[in-house]
Amino acid sequence: MTDVLAIADHRRGELRDVSFELVTAGRELANETGGDLHVAVISGDVEGFGDQLQLDGVDTVHTVENGEEFNHDVYAQVVTQLFEAVDPQFLVMPNSVNGLDYAPAVANRLGLAYVSDVVDVGIDGSTLTATREMYSGKVETTTAVEAEQVAVSIRGAEWPATDETGDATVEAFEADVDESAVRSTVTGFEEVGGGDVDISEADVLVSIGRGIEEEENLDLVRDLADALDATLSSSRPIVDAGWLPKNRQVGQSGKVVTPDVYIAIGISGAVQHVAGMKGSDTIVAINTDPNAPIYDIADYGIVDDLFDVVPALIEEFE
Amino acid sequence: MKVLVTVKEVAAVEDEFQIAGTSIDETYLEYDLNEWDDYAVEEAVQLQEAGIADEVVAVTIGPERAEETIRMALAKGADRAVRIWDDALEGSDLLDVGAKTAILEKVVEEEDPDLVLSGVQADDDGFGATGVSLADALGFEWAAVVNHLDQDSVESGTASVRRELEGGVEELTDIELPAVLTIQTGINEPRYASLRGIRQAQRKEIAPKTLGDLGLDAAAVENELTLTDMYEPETESDATYFEGGPEEAAAQLATLLRDKGVGAQ
Repeated sequence: MTDVLAIADHRRGELRDVSFELVTAGRELANETGGDLHVAVISGDVEGFGDQLQLDGVDTVHTVENGEEFNHDVYAQVVTQLFEAVDPQFLVMPNSVNGLDYAPAVANRLGLAYVSDVVDVGIDGSTLTATREMYSGKVETTTAVEAEQVAVSIRGAEWPATDETGDATVEAFEADVDESAVRSTVTGFEEVGGGDVDISEADVLVSIGRGIEEEENLDLVRDLADALDATLSSSRPIVDAGWLPKNRQVGQSGKVVTPDVYIAIGISGAVQHVAGMKGSDTIVAINTDPNAPIYDIADYGIVDDLFDVVPALIEEFE
Repeated sequence: MKVLVTVKEVAAVEDEFQIAGTSIDETYLEYDLNEWDDYAVEEAVQLQEAGIADEVVAVTIGPERAEETIRMALAKGADRAVRIWDDALEGSDLLDVGAKTAILEKVVEEEDPDLVLSGVQADDDGFGATGVSLADALGFEWAAVVNHLDQDSVESGTASVRRELEGGVEELTDIELPAVLTIQTGINEPRYASLRGIRQAQRKEIAPKTLGDLGLDAAAVENELTLTDMYEPETESDATYFEGGPEEAAAQLATLLRDKGVGAQ
């Protein structure tokens, strides 16, 4: 019981980045426990995925054929069976949307201690210590997990991806899926928020967040976007409130953007938002809170009230 | 049909704050209804207004102080509420998913709802796990990160939902009821509680229950997780700050932006 079992994530024929990050995190843990790293891939082109997962540090890849796409009822059953077969000390899953849809069920089924959305892990003696954020990222915490076997879900983009090829053994795992327990059916996928403007094509984005407070204040940032000949985008709360259409949302569940200049106004910089814009060439942040996480990735900052700074900036360009 | 909504009182932290041990000093906390749960409450109330739900019950795990928060759910239209608290839960900085599941499982068994709505995650501990764990414990179906629910489908016994995946893609899924849905923000527009609603909420029942009332003992909520440290994240910022008041800062930023070719003229 020193092994580590990691479950890869894929969608529409492609392994997702977090799968390669899971290999790094899993290897880190296996080095501590002195065990093997097992990686499993369930459903889809498991043969192709299996080849791609023969990575440095992986000992065994388990491929499980079952339909094309993710189904949580299938995953919950298969991961449970894999866990029983491998009997690892740590089960590592992605804290992706699909991870959120099966990892807690697996932990419950197996009676495992579960610690989610971790950004770092360590082992102290035989105890797992997990680093997590709380209160919207305002604090970081360490949590000691007092259990022999632990389920962990890891946050994306916190570990480097493993891309070195290795010599893992690939084995087909025959899972016994009880079809009567599959009571959910994925009927399709839909791209959302096409719309008139493609913010991922813009060179300059003026992006607005919760700090704008009220819908009518949006005119102020529209004026700025006009003055700068920029495109208007936003963080999630603005779209949730219905103030801007979905196609303007930057972030994990919206668009990933890489403009030359990204001006984040009244945006705190939640991890889901940052995931969508950190590739911008130059990031400017305007926010009253000097501790806002957006400043961790900003190149330039103005710690001041946007309602004072934005009009002044408009004036500069008029 | 009965709809149960799990709600949680969460603490919002002021911009400047002090950490005391493994928690944030009370002075810097302001309690409110968890944002994701607010959307779950709204979805339940909309099912009630559409004549699909006969009763909406809100359930929370929290001390007496949390009644203020749960009254918000009642003011927005939930019919009654259940609040679970116990001495065995006092003093725990972090209640793990297993403990929350054990408690809520008992409440659901008592209430016997057809549908349970829960926020995807709580803004304080951010576990994002209780809804799905609860569904599995109950033998209910589930769907996580739901940003659309087809009301008509609920009446026919299958919930047709959309799950918000990463990168602007939504998954369309049908699940059998009874089920737990974890609700993502943006699924609806949560209403403000009306004055009339707030007045009515004062007369609605909030039933306090202990672990014993649910047939549980302290062992059922034993925590396997212990918070051992809390600190402000080290800033990785190497940002250049423009200072000197709004006008001066804006002027410096304008110079930078012009250098980068922003602002056509």
